[in-house]
Amino acid sequence: MTETTGKGSRSHLERLLRGGKFVVTCELRTIDSADPDSVRKACEPLQGYVDAINCTDNATAHPHLCQLAASRLLIDNGLEPITQFSCRDRNRLGLQADILGAASLGVRNLVLMQGDDVSVGDHPDAMPLWDLDSMHLLRVAAMLRDQGVYLSGRKLTHPPEYFIGAVANPFAPPHDFRPLRLGKKVEAGAEFIQTQIVYNLPRLREFMKRVEDLGLLEKVFILPSVAICRSARAVHYMRDHVPGIDVPIEIIKRMEQHVRKEDQVEEGIRIATETVQALREIRGVAGIHLIAIKWEEVIGRVVEASGLLPRPTPAVKTVSG
Amino acid sequence: MAAATERKSLAVQEPKGWRRALLVVEKAIKESLFDCRMCGQCILHSTGMTCPMRCPKNLRNGPCGGVLVDGNCEVFKDKPCVWVQAWQRSRKLPLWRDHMKRLNPPVDWRLKETSSWENLVSGRDQQVPEGWRAAAQERSKPS
Repeated sequence: MTETTGKGSRSHLERLLRGGKFVVTCELRTIDSADPDSVRKACEPLQGYVDAINCTDNATAHPHLCQLAASRLLIDNGLEPITQFSCRDRNRLGLQADILGAASLGVRNLVLMQGDDVSVGDHPDAMPLWDLDSMHLLRVAAMLRDQGVYLSGRKLTHPPEYFIGAVANPFAPPHDFRPLRLGKKVEAGAEFIQTQIVYNLPRLREFMKRVEDLGLLEKVFILPSVAICRSARAVHYMRDHVPGIDVPIEIIKRMEQHVRKEDQVEEGIRIATETVQALREIRGVAGIHLIAIKWEEVIGRVVEASGLLPRPTPAVKTVSG
Repeated sequence: MAAATERKSLAVQEPKGWRRALLVVEKAIKESLFDCRMCGQCILHSTGMTCPMRCPKNLRNGPCGGVLVDGNCEVFKDKPCVWVQAWQRSRKLPLWRDHMKRLNPPVDWRLKETSSWENLVSGRDQQVPEGWRAAAQERSKPS
């Protein structure tokens, strides 16, 4: 380890955040293939542009290659995964077993969330579990690590080590309660937060102010999400079909003013880059989480245009296994 | 219907005598007033007298991130989010307003369809898993 700051950190991401570096994370595209090469191809364009990559857990309630396998394949390709777990598809036994499994495969970052309902996915006829809620899941992950016990109290022989993340949506009602809910997540065990996609900057600023007033900025790193949209259609879709996203009319107008597809692409990149710049000015924003649906190549462009290159090299490579 | 949803009291014996009467009375009152789902570990007073088990995601600690812009539920789009109601109603209560900040433990599914009044008196509803208790104790220590 060459870093002097962020001692005792469990992951590259944690080390950077504790060292005061502005971090960049993004999402691995969902994989619907049993060929491990699919993950290699998907993550290749991200090499050198991001510090860690989210492996989603059946995102928007559609089954995909499981996040544990994807995470391990990322490690094999020299990248650091952030492994997501939602409460929808596993009960407390499954969640604990798989979190432990993830740690044993070398996962050092988790993001724990409630998850979308099955009704938004392609198996709306499925039985969702919802045994634990996201708050419980955070506490359980922290318990496995810090107390070295399962929820039942039974001891682990070797507790896992990881950096625990959660999600927050500052844009969904009841807005007054959202900062308090973040406080609960911190109390439960969250050490970093990835937010819902930010379009409404004034709302985010207000949220961050409240979070600061609650004294939470010293306890948690906040990474707002920025989406890079390819077309006016994509923005419309997001507004009309993705629950919990607040797309202001100005953004829609900016995308709609262009007729040509290429111009819409450029406008999408401009909006994302401007959002990143604006976010960097907000106190307490510790990094960004970039979301570009099945469009990895654009991540590098936005990171570069935002002046966030070069990314620091990980001090620790992969674990053996 | 799947067997799992039909199972009622998972580990608790069918109540008899006064316990049965208590259950019937509680169920009648709370179902009609609060659309109660009889989880057997009632936190109604902490949630502005809004039953959190009406949330289709069984959330016990506040609203998920999918609440629609108009405050409706992402699953039942024509109904208000249970937790938006809980937050607003809890602001109007003279007592227990701070309870919305509380970290509520996981649901003990064995208590479903039992009397939360009986469980309150017996202290059964305060029993949490050993790991949860240990973690709560550790985290409440001043750092």
